[in-house]
Amino acid sequence: MSQLVSTIINNDSVEFACEAHETLLEVLRDRLGLTGAKEGCGTGDCGACSVILDGALVCSCLVLGAEAQDRNIETVEGMADGAKLHPLQTKFLEHAALQCGICTPGFLIAAKALLTNNPDPTEEEIRYALAGNLCRCTGYDKIVRAVQDAAKQMRRA
Amino acid sequence: MEYTAPQTTKDAVAILAQAKGSAHVLAGGSDLLVRMKGGFIEPDLVVDIKRIKNLHQIKHNANSIMIGAAVSCAQMGANKRLKKAWPGVVEAANLIGSDQIQGRCTIAGNLCNASPAADSVPALIAAGARVKIAGPKGRRTLAAEKVAVAPGKTCLRKGEIVEYIELPKRVARSADAYLRFIPRTEMDIAVVSAGVNLTLDRKGVITKARVALGAVAPTALLVKAAAKAIIGSSLDEQALEKLALACSAACRPIDDKRGTVEYRTEVAAVLAQRAAKIAYSRAGGK
Repeated sequence: MSQLVSTIINNDSVEFACEAHETLLEVLRDRLGLTGAKEGCGTGDCGACSVILDGALVCSCLVLGAEAQDRNIETVEGMADGAKLHPLQTKFLEHAALQCGICTPGFLIAAKALLTNNPDPTEEEIRYALAGNLCRCTGYDKIVRAVQDAAKQMRRA
Repeated sequence: MEYTAPQTTKDAVAILAQAKGSAHVLAGGSDLLVRMKGGFIEPDLVVDIKRIKNLHQIKHNANSIMIGAAVSCAQMGANKRLKKAWPGVVEAANLIGSDQIQGRCTIAGNLCNASPAADSVPALIAAGARVKIAGPKGRRTLAAEKVAVAPGKTCLRKGEIVEYIELPKRVARSADAYLRFIPRTEMDIAVVSAGVNLTLDRKGVITKARVALGAVAPTALLVKAAAKAIIGSSLDEQALEKLALACSAACRPIDDKRGTVEYRTEVAAVLAQRAAKIAYSRAGGK
């Protein structure tokens, strides 16, 4: 049965219809054209589909589209301010913290969720916070350095 | 499949009681959606309980703490009073998955998923948690160890949902602890786990104890003989040895790629000893 859902995505009011079994990830990608969130595993293990739902970092593959009614969703598409990249995005580029890029939107959103709650995390805290995101290309060091550098810049701003 | 998100427990129970075909309760979804995706279940109806406001609360009452069935494990970790009263229960809940999973997963869901390796369940059993259930014939309360009856199976009847998990009020000189063994440092399923809750007298002698083991039998076990082995002691070497023997004797594990029967049986004893030492020290024992 089709569900009509109104919600807020990246500060925009959005309405969509979806089937009851469709995940939020499927809705974002296939119905709304927001293809930043990626499907890696579809079972909540890899974090490539990470979004922020009412302030909480979640895997959008483990949320039903119908659950989004009256919620507030942040995706990677909402991170940049027009043409101006978010400091995390800039630092990921500067530190070459990506190769194939599939995991990157998930890492960016998870790092954003971390820095919102903890603007000055230790390396250990960063590694814990990003433990739900898997990267099979770069290893994690460059990603951790990029997050540390972005955090530093954001604290100065 | 149909999806519905009632706003009251009464409505949720009525919908589930009248449902034809397979109906499933959705709390955090970190198990349910994975099972749907894997084709293990094909629900005709999913009832989302997250719109029921009461179920989002952690209530500190005079005699107990009530944790709503929709409270995420991250919410539990952020609740300082809960963490202080029941550190073992909170550390078990916070061991489940990544930050992404923590923001969604619930201990009521962990209990109802009925995995023998569920992290929060041995901690809840050791804590003496009681499970508040609402159903078409009214409400009932069960001890946490009575909910799961087999891997993936609970004793909940048609139309019943868990509303709250109730933890007793924390009494003086008592504390709990939870430990699990996994081959990695984080984010894995317990090979073996142990929860211990102790109460001491003024001299540091254990007056009450509950010991529970996970992943060593079809359901998490309350091991009464293990509690008996340490009650009356100050957790000396001899008492710890008896605790270990009682725990190993209670194990009926499976053999699989993550652990052999022999391994699980031995590690269960070691973890129970270590968890007991942590609980003892948290309770003020020296």
